[in-house]
Amino acid sequence: MNQRASNLLDEALGLVDEGTNPWTLSGRVLLIEDCVETSATFLLHHLLKRALYTLSSNVVVFLALSQPFSHYDRVLRKLGCNLAAQKENNRLLFLDMLTSEFPDGGESGLVALYGKIEKVINGLIEENKKSITIIIDDLSLLEVAANGASNHVLDFLHYCHTLTSVFGCTLVALNHEDIYSSMEKPALILHLEYLADILMKTEPLATGLATDVHGQLTVLNKETWDGQGRSRNRIFNFHFRIKENGVEYFSPGSRA
Amino acid sequence: MAESICRALRDGALEGEHAPALTIMDSLASPFGFDVFTHVLTQLSSNILAGKSQSGGLVLVAFTRSPSFYMRLLKMRGIDVASSRKWIQILDCYTDPLGWKDRLVDSGNNTPLSKEASTGVSLCKNIKDMAKLFSSIIELGKGLVGQGKVRFCVAIDTVNEILRHASISSVSGLISNLRSNDQVSSIFWLLHSDLHEDRVAAILGYMSSIVASIEPLNQSANGQICNLENLSLLGRNYWKGKLHVRFKRRNGRVRVMQEEFDVEQSVINFTSLSSGDELINRSLLPKVQFNLQLSEKEQNDRAKVVLPFEHQGNGKPIQIYDGRRSLEDSHNEETSVSTGILQTLENSSKGEIIYLRDSDDERPDSDEDPDDDLDI
Repeated sequence: MNQRASNLLDEALGLVDEGTNPWTLSGRVLLIEDCVETSATFLLHHLLKRALYTLSSNVVVFLALSQPFSHYDRVLRKLGCNLAAQKENNRLLFLDMLTSEFPDGGESGLVALYGKIEKVINGLIEENKKSITIIIDDLSLLEVAANGASNHVLDFLHYCHTLTSVFGCTLVALNHEDIYSSMEKPALILHLEYLADILMKTEPLATGLATDVHGQLTVLNKETWDGQGRSRNRIFNFHFRIKENGVEYFSPGSRA
Repeated sequence: MAESICRALRDGALEGEHAPALTIMDSLASPFGFDVFTHVLTQLSSNILAGKSQSGGLVLVAFTRSPSFYMRLLKMRGIDVASSRKWIQILDCYTDPLGWKDRLVDSGNNTPLSKEASTGVSLCKNIKDMAKLFSSIIELGKGLVGQGKVRFCVAIDTVNEILRHASISSVSGLISNLRSNDQVSSIFWLLHSDLHEDRVAAILGYMSSIVASIEPLNQSANGQICNLENLSLLGRNYWKGKLHVRFKRRNGRVRVMQEEFDVEQSVINFTSLSSGDELINRSLLPKVQFNLQLSEKEQNDRAKVVLPFEHQGNGKPIQIYDGRRSLEDSHNEETSVSTGILQTLENSSKGEIIYLRDSDDERPDSDEDPDDDLDI
């Protein structure tokens, strides 16, 4: 069920060292940026799976704004992961927000949403509180739900960030880079890039289309200090190919 | 130079003058402002603890990190945190900056979260209210040093968070009120300059006596982090940068200094810039098939070559070929060539350029105009 074979992505995220601390992402903020040519949802699926299967005490809070549960269930089943079962075990807390819309500029709606997350986390048993992952798919739709009030969305993310320091939560958020391309200083995405500990970007190949390569992925793993002197500081760049039941990652130039 | 920043903040304000103020400015191209901020914070804290600074305490206004983070950080850097209550107070604008958590508890939906251990921490629940923010900072400072003549420092971990909720005029009002308060010894803050209009950086720059801006070593064309063409270069240089500091003296004199830094294990190290310049030059050279630079050996060898117009210094009359030597010299020429070969054998490390005229048909240079047969 659980493919432990390490790949370039896990290496870049620092998830390879499984000896002492199998879930090294706690307390960190992961920002995924994609563009219309190369969707990065496969990274969300990968992280969702890793979060659920690396430790049996991990809990995922999933804010779904772009797809219904059945979609994620189907995709993850191909990856060998049964979301419906996890949902029943209360390890996947799925917040379906497909049709949600926050009135009056969005603030009260976002406060309520944060309240919901906090309540869910407070309701967990003590052991499960240690490694919680909050996944947001995706931020641009959250902005839409808040009637375009990106400042309120940032406030919401700040409050989610406070959860990372209190509980050591992992915060994963997907956003689309190209929808801000016409703005000179897109506040939301720039703020997020400062906030993020790990920044992942998918882009099409610079050289154009290729049959064997679907795009390239850049991972910037910023150095953070977590109180124990751990630090990682590296930039990774590799190509990927999305297959039916998984994704292949390889170094540029290693495939024809 | 980073040292001189810390010294200026340590020495504090003169009677009847504004407190020295430092803006630490960074951008996404080199986002190490926070590392510089914590460096200054650590230096200042150790100065306060050692009793070397004018101020007797420090008020830290925390917007982007939790108070416990700062306590752990200071502890790791060897600062005595046990006595923290005596010299540091943290105004926590991180945990609940807009009062959302309070609102949720009041509405009865949520139970309050377990509080972090909080000694010397007070919570701010509405960062939109500048007057309240100002009075709580001053109150905390006075709580540390008392009402007397002793002063305290103020550190704000980003101004951006306040700027998201308040106008630049009210934020600059807050800062100038703090600067002119006669119990404030020095004040410093961090600003991510690319999150706001350019005027914000300018306004805050006017209000500070020192501006330290962090720049990448190699400015990429579009300033993006993940510019793939430069990725390999970036991989090496991402954790390095330049600190560009502008000191403004009371009389208006401005001193500009630059320093290089690299960040390792969240600790920032400063070095002088000279070594970095060479590195930049080398990396800016275009990548070509042929070699544009000489190795050390090649350079030495080149220096040994005696050029034909140089004084050869072997006792013989200096022979400089002027292109007009007559035929009579031709036999001498042969001997000089053979001695030349001998010479090179004797001293093989010495290079020489030998020139032999191909034939007498070759026209020696002359003042005659070769084209004078043309009837122009």
